[in-house]
Amino acid sequence: MHELSICENLLSVIEDTAKAQNFDRVLQVRLAVGPFSGVETEALRFGFDVVMKGSLADGAILEINETQATAICLDCNANTYVKDRLALCPHCGSFRLKITGGKELKIIDLEVE
Amino acid sequence: MCSICGCGADDVRIEGKPHTHKEKAGGEHNHHGHEHSHSHDHNHHHHNHDHSHGHHHSHAPGTSEARKVQIEQDLLAKNDAFAAENRAFFARHGIFALNLVSSPGAGKTALLVRTISELKDSLPLGVIEGDQQTLNDAERIRASGAPAIQINTGKGCHLDAHMVGHALENLEPADGSALFIENVGNLVCPAGFDLGEAHKVVILSVTEGDDKPLKYPDMFAASSLMLVNKADLLPHVDFNVETAIANAQRINPEIKALTVSAKTGEGMDAWLTWLKAGCASCSK
Repeated sequence: MHELSICENLLSVIEDTAKAQNFDRVLQVRLAVGPFSGVETEALRFGFDVVMKGSLADGAILEINETQATAICLDCNANTYVKDRLALCPHCGSFRLKITGGKELKIIDLEVE
Repeated sequence: MCSICGCGADDVRIEGKPHTHKEKAGGEHNHHGHEHSHSHDHNHHHHNHDHSHGHHHSHAPGTSEARKVQIEQDLLAKNDAFAAENRAFFARHGIFALNLVSSPGAGKTALLVRTISELKDSLPLGVIEGDQQTLNDAERIRASGAPAIQINTGKGCHLDAHMVGHALENLEPADGSALFIENVGNLVCPAGFDLGEAHKVVILSVTEGDDKPLKYPDMFAASSLMLVNKADLLPHVDFNVETAIANAQRINPEIKALTVSAKTGEGMDAWLTWLKAGCASCSK
């Protein structure tokens, strides 16, 4: 549900940037979204279309770069990539993985005119 | 909706009064931006409507007029900035702040009422209550002997740091106090919004499934402590406490777990000891 409010934040950043950088139309928005960001990319796409309607980013393409999540094993100290929170350490098999990355939810850039 | 933090400001009420952005020095600046961006939004809506069609066809991405603007900004940056403000406020005043999260009906308020009745003579306390509607919970808390402020989020599914900042101005918690922020009953959205708290504490009641940590992993991953509540009902349900704790630690190997009953007082001592240790570490 909060994907909609995240899209409101996105629009507000876009509008602030439009004033500062002097553009009035956004063609494409590129986001980096981690698997542990807490947002569902499909819900984000839906929210994006709803929130951008009638704004300077109406009709803009939303490109979502899904980033990889990383973790450290609390048993063998190995650093590893993980797909979800149930992942096991590929080195020692322990489930005691502490997530160290993959919470990103940020704007990379805009294509504007 | 409020574009500062996406909090649904139009509906947000603090103690039944409309949510405003005026009181705080930091808030004032952002309030301005907030109003401005709203009206901007509407102008665009009417102004650009038939315009946008033509634009769409004549300027495909990659034409000479198009350019890239690097932003590299976190989408929760505004919430995080308000959270940092709250955290600095807590540090200045030696306040131990907890963000209590759970599904609706897990017993957050009952647990708070019991906690307050056991702690109110030894520690200054404060409570911020979050619900979509009604002042009921804040009234329950005040009746138990602690000052409380109610935030109503309207349609909002979570508290954000900005609402909490305003509630703090109204609550004025005492130096060295334990502050409980009872979030909206929701095991999903509040996980993503830092309020400036020292810890999230997730409450799981034994009338829920012991596999809930696996079903809603983000909240258990974000919490430092899990309270398994309604332990008095264990003889009547299939809930296995060991399984629930193992599932939570499967998601978050560092989460601590305590079993309590707000009704009978079982397990409350360990929880109160954990709380007092947290308060002591903050007021140093």
